[in-house]
Amino acid sequence: MSDLNTGMVEKYRNNFLKEVEANVEEGDWVKMCMQCGVCSGSCPLGTDWDHPPQELFMMIRAGKREEVLQSTSMWMCTSCYNCIVRCPRELPITHIMHGLAHYATRLGIEPKGQPTRQFAQLFWDNLAKNGRVNELWLGVNLYFMNGLVEGVKVALGMAGIGLGMLKAGRLSLKELVGGHTVKDKKGFKAMIKKAQELEAARVDNAQ
Amino acid sequence: MATKEYSFYPGCSSQDGASSSNYLKSVQSMCDVLDVKLNVIPDWNCCSASIGYCGGGELPRLALSARNIALSEQHNTGQDIVATCAACWLATKETQERLDDDAGLMDETNQALAEAGLNLKNDSKIRHMVEVLIEDIGYEEMGKHVKKPLDGIKIAGYVGCQTNRPFGIEGESFENPKYLDKFIETMGAEPVENYDKKVSCCGGALAFSEPEKSQALIKDIIEAAYDGGADMIVTPCPVCQMNVEVYQDKINAQYGTKFHIPVTYYSTLMSVAYGKNGKEAGLDGQIIKAKQLEAIASK
Repeated sequence: MSDLNTGMVEKYRNNFLKEVEANVEEGDWVKMCMQCGVCSGSCPLGTDWDHPPQELFMMIRAGKREEVLQSTSMWMCTSCYNCIVRCPRELPITHIMHGLAHYATRLGIEPKGQPTRQFAQLFWDNLAKNGRVNELWLGVNLYFMNGLVEGVKVALGMAGIGLGMLKAGRLSLKELVGGHTVKDKKGFKAMIKKAQELEAARVDNAQ
Repeated sequence: MATKEYSFYPGCSSQDGASSSNYLKSVQSMCDVLDVKLNVIPDWNCCSASIGYCGGGELPRLALSARNIALSEQHNTGQDIVATCAACWLATKETQERLDDDAGLMDETNQALAEAGLNLKNDSKIRHMVEVLIEDIGYEEMGKHVKKPLDGIKIAGYVGCQTNRPFGIEGESFENPKYLDKFIETMGAEPVENYDKKVSCCGGALAFSEPEKSQALIKDIIEAAYDGGADMIVTPCPVCQMNVEVYQDKINAQYGTKFHIPVTYYSTLMSVAYGKNGKEAGLDGQIIKAKQLEAIASK
């Protein structure tokens, strides 16, 4: 367990709801859930969640910290926003799911090997490098994220689609070296670094 | 009518050689006819879409869109920001709203922006291209420019998620928006009536990370289009377009279906109806060729 995780356990003891309210994006909304289940019924991947949103909200109140943060559930969120527009109490559920997933990652206790977690991190690293997404490298890194052997298998399976995209001019080999970028890379990176520092300080202060 | 000018945020997938570069091409052709001038935000960056949350957290993610808005305020002062990509529009609008609501976050965002020599006022209007068409141009004017009506084509209007939720289009419902059907009609084609999957999710980014789960969703979207008698599907979203078009062979292999249905953008339809050629309409970017549109474009 990371020091940050141990620190949070120490600080909040049995009050996981307070921990979520203080540290998770839009977490102060959790207590507003009235357990109607509309979110769970509206979710396109609802049947794939171990614990759908409504259940996660109750588990947070019940102090089931590890079961929530180590769950693969919130990584199933496709960001379709069905839950948000249908929630009778207007909870920003999509953002709370993203917030829980990010918080688990920050604490280092997110489920390892969860493919959407891996892809989401690859996406961020990809855009943070040059300020713009490099779709070619995003694909390559995705296919090979579970090692070379698995990667070759996945890449071969996707070769047809890749060739189709190349032929249609919607994938460019020019992206292999360099590729699209913001001009003010220095300013862009300094901005991200500062934002990361400020956000980390906020979580540290909550400790 | 006088030229309408907007501050334009094209987004990563619209770049040269990227997955929706054909979308941009058709948008440019459409705007050329409608006398709309798009002034690209200089040095714009990625908005991190919806999947950026894992690595980005809250503030670094908001800072991305804040930089774009700040650059727009500085270079395209006073112009509404317009995005063609659903995720770009959503992330930018979400950022504006969040920073508007939270003075603390706004202050921290400006501290981060200062590192790039920028400052955010946050008073630009953030709009999707379809809002520009509906609200600033209007259906009547859109229809006036039709040179080649898309007669005899039946089209399923697939609105998808993020052009529709959580913000949506003024005057339209989340569960049954009608504007895309009206676009189709205005171009002389026939919309599929009661297309029940019009606002269903294609899986978004999970098409990459959880392909089987996502393809099950896409299968239903395509099946419902066929059930409604559609010749093709049209959408306003780059992720919807790609997901619904490119995995059809995979879905056929998995489910024994025989899907082969073209998926284009509303702007592709409009460019063709406005008399642009196939290349100008971005039809060469189709993996599943839109043959009926090609035939009209080459007439």
